[in-house]
Amino acid sequence: MIGLWSVPLLFALPLSLGILSLLVVPKWRPRLIFLGLPLLAAASLDVLAGLATVGPTVYRLGDWAAPLGINLVVDGLAVGMILMTTLVTSLCALYAWVYLRDHPSSTTFFWPLLWFLWAGMNGIWLAEDIFNLYVGLEVMGLAAVGMVALRATPQALAAAMRYLLAALLGSLAYLLGVALLYGAYGTLSMAGLQEAATNNATTQVALALIILGLLLKTALFPLHAWLPPAHGGALTPVSALLSALVIKASFYILMRLWLVLGPEVTPEFTAQFLGVLGAGAVFYGGWMAWRQHHLKQLVAYSTVAQIGYLFLFFPLVTNTGPEAARLAWDGTLMMLIAHALAKAALFLSAGNLILAVGSPQISHLVGISRFRPMSLFSFGLAGVSLMGLPPSGGFTGKWLLLHSAILSGQWWWLIVLFLGGLLSAAYIFKVFRMSFREGPQIDRSVTPPLTLDVTALILASVAILIGLTAHLPLHWLRMGSVFGVG
Amino acid sequence: MIVRVVMAGLLSLGVTVALGWAVLDRPAPVENLPDRVASAMPESGVEHPVTAVLLNFRSYDTLLEIAVLLLAVVVALALREAQPDRPEQMGLDNPLLRAVMAWLLPLILVVAGFLLWAGSYQPGGAFQAGSVLAAAGVLLRLAGGNLGWLDNAALLRAGLALGLLTFIGIGMVVMLPGVPFLTYPDAHAGTLILVIELTLTLSIGLTLLSLFRLNPPYADDPADARTQGAPKP
Amino acid sequence: MSGAISGYLVFAWSGVLLFGLGLFGFIVHRHLLRRLLAFNIMGSGSFLVLVGLAQDGRGVDHVPHAMVITGIVVAVASTALALVVFRRWYRASGRTDLPEDT
Repeated sequence: MIGLWSVPLLFALPLSLGILSLLVVPKWRPRLIFLGLPLLAAASLDVLAGLATVGPTVYRLGDWAAPLGINLVVDGLAVGMILMTTLVTSLCALYAWVYLRDHPSSTTFFWPLLWFLWAGMNGIWLAEDIFNLYVGLEVMGLAAVGMVALRATPQALAAAMRYLLAALLGSLAYLLGVALLYGAYGTLSMAGLQEAATNNATTQVALALIILGLLLKTALFPLHAWLPPAHGGALTPVSALLSALVIKASFYILMRLWLVLGPEVTPEFTAQFLGVLGAGAVFYGGWMAWRQHHLKQLVAYSTVAQIGYLFLFFPLVTNTGPEAARLAWDGTLMMLIAHALAKAALFLSAGNLILAVGSPQISHLVGISRFRPMSLFSFGLAGVSLMGLPPSGGFTGKWLLLHSAILSGQWWWLIVLFLGGLLSAAYIFKVFRMSFREGPQIDRSVTPPLTLDVTALILASVAILIGLTAHLPLHWLRMGSVFGVG
Repeated sequence: MIVRVVMAGLLSLGVTVALGWAVLDRPAPVENLPDRVASAMPESGVEHPVTAVLLNFRSYDTLLEIAVLLLAVVVALALREAQPDRPEQMGLDNPLLRAVMAWLLPLILVVAGFLLWAGSYQPGGAFQAGSVLAAAGVLLRLAGGNLGWLDNAALLRAGLALGLLTFIGIGMVVMLPGVPFLTYPDAHAGTLILVIELTLTLSIGLTLLSLFRLNPPYADDPADARTQGAPKP
Repeated sequence: MSGAISGYLVFAWSGVLLFGLGLFGFIVHRHLLRRLLAFNIMGSGSFLVLVGLAQDGRGVDHVPHAMVITGIVVAVASTALALVVFRRWYRASGRTDLPEDT
């Protein structure tokens, strides 16, 4: 069986390391990454190798077939997300290893939370069972809330509380949707639902609840209010993880469920409506990002905006013909991965800039280009991908979405892609303009440790590189989906 | 305020009506899961279907659920403010309560043990037994008993970790013949599930008790228990 | 479509009502303890729907029973976590609600 050991290791290993990091002496907690990162990287690559050689498979936990047992789905989409998570989390963990030396009070419990978060995310990528997804969402969500609260300042606690309330409300709506679906069809497996589901009020209400719950967790405009304080106010590596990966998990579930149930049971306007909310997010998030004075708040609002692009998936994939739908799938996933890489890089380099000038204010960045070119360079590279300039992942993603929009005759989404790019350029250049302004001639800024700059630079470079080599990852991501070949 | 009440009322009324409609319009199910559970029962190693679902058919859910519990304790530990947990802050100094406790505690422990054991053939199991165990601890704490031994961080953490580590460990060890994660061999399924349940009971009990105990009332703030109190200057 | 109200459907209906009530409380109240209570009422509502709807017309189904146990554990953990954060927040700010201006 392909991935017999590597698939369960993807969640069992982080869980075990999370427990282990509670048991070892504090000095050893961060060092567990040198055990965990190589092993998890190996497991992820082994799963990829299995996918490339044998194709998509189903992993039957406890050797029980669904719907009695819980199955895991190892297809291109899941493996792609796993690799993305491994790369981003590993680099953020290395960053945190150095960064948290200055935050001794927070370090103790950062590590167990990080491992649990990782286990939760890998659990979600692999899940095929809608109730199992609920438990996975809770593992990830509570770990994420704990990480936001780690600073224990009043602002951090309020942000964590607000995040927790949103997450709990979202989970309950999702759970109630699951309850209705189980009541109607007697199965929790997505494959089973796809076969059984028919168009009736129960399915519609269930799907509406699930979509609303997940929208709240993804922080799609206008349900985004919890995101900027939580992401903008957390410790830098936490901000990077939450913005790059955690919000993607709920979107991922939405994407999968939409392809299983969406077009058949929802009224026609639903897909367009989701797209309109996405457009609202792009404009509102971009505008708010431009108005921020704190660097990390700007980056956080940029996440609100970038989430919007992902939701163009729904109008572009629903009833638009196979070619346009495939382009929408490719483009959305490219945007998702490019944003994960670029946003992690952006948060980490923003953290470095803040460390350098000792202030979160954008106006205090004056003259920093002269003294800390490397931190600023990573910020710029990541910005290129967010703005969607060639040759970055963000560009490729937008290009594919643009083609899909033209092919399906939905020209109005072109406006969103174009104006959204301009808005991102506006807020990225706002930071640059300040940094290149002539400032003090003497270097008073602190030099961040090299590891911090290097991890940010790697993430930003991959965000660019993935745009140049988009063909292969997109081919893998399609495997096992309705857009796959064979 | 009135606007909010009206909006909330309309929204929740709308949701309720939609839910009612969903309940009424429910189609007849295609899949019959109870039948599948019934026919797989002989291979599950236990006699009670709920336990079979929780610890065999869908044991992965239970594994993640224990992780969620542990997470709550990690956050409670992280947000804990250093202060001693002294019994007199919370203890009700009541001789009658203490006398009753001396009788009640052993009884509670027996009930917890029974619930754990009963899980294999009738309603009961690790979570129920763990909750009763935790309740015994809470009661002891309220009666002014000293739970100072829980301040031993190493011991406490080992106890918290025990259940999940055993669960993952057994899930991995059974894979050696080349079967998927959590596939218990038929001959030993009953024993393995009992071992998992036993360790889970201890860990769940300790987890719930810790959640209660890690945040004692603040010694310097008598109004703490009353959340309606006026904001501090 | 199931016509008459069977014994199990009563649970589903109560669940629907509890969820609606809880949602109302969750939105209306600002005091965090009240909102947590409302959250727990909504949770109980979902559990009742889960068990009641699945068993209506089909007889006893143990799978939702097990799921509800899992759900209860998750709800306990979430509530405990929320209380921990709330207590620290109250201690730090003296407020029982969240600042609204963000």
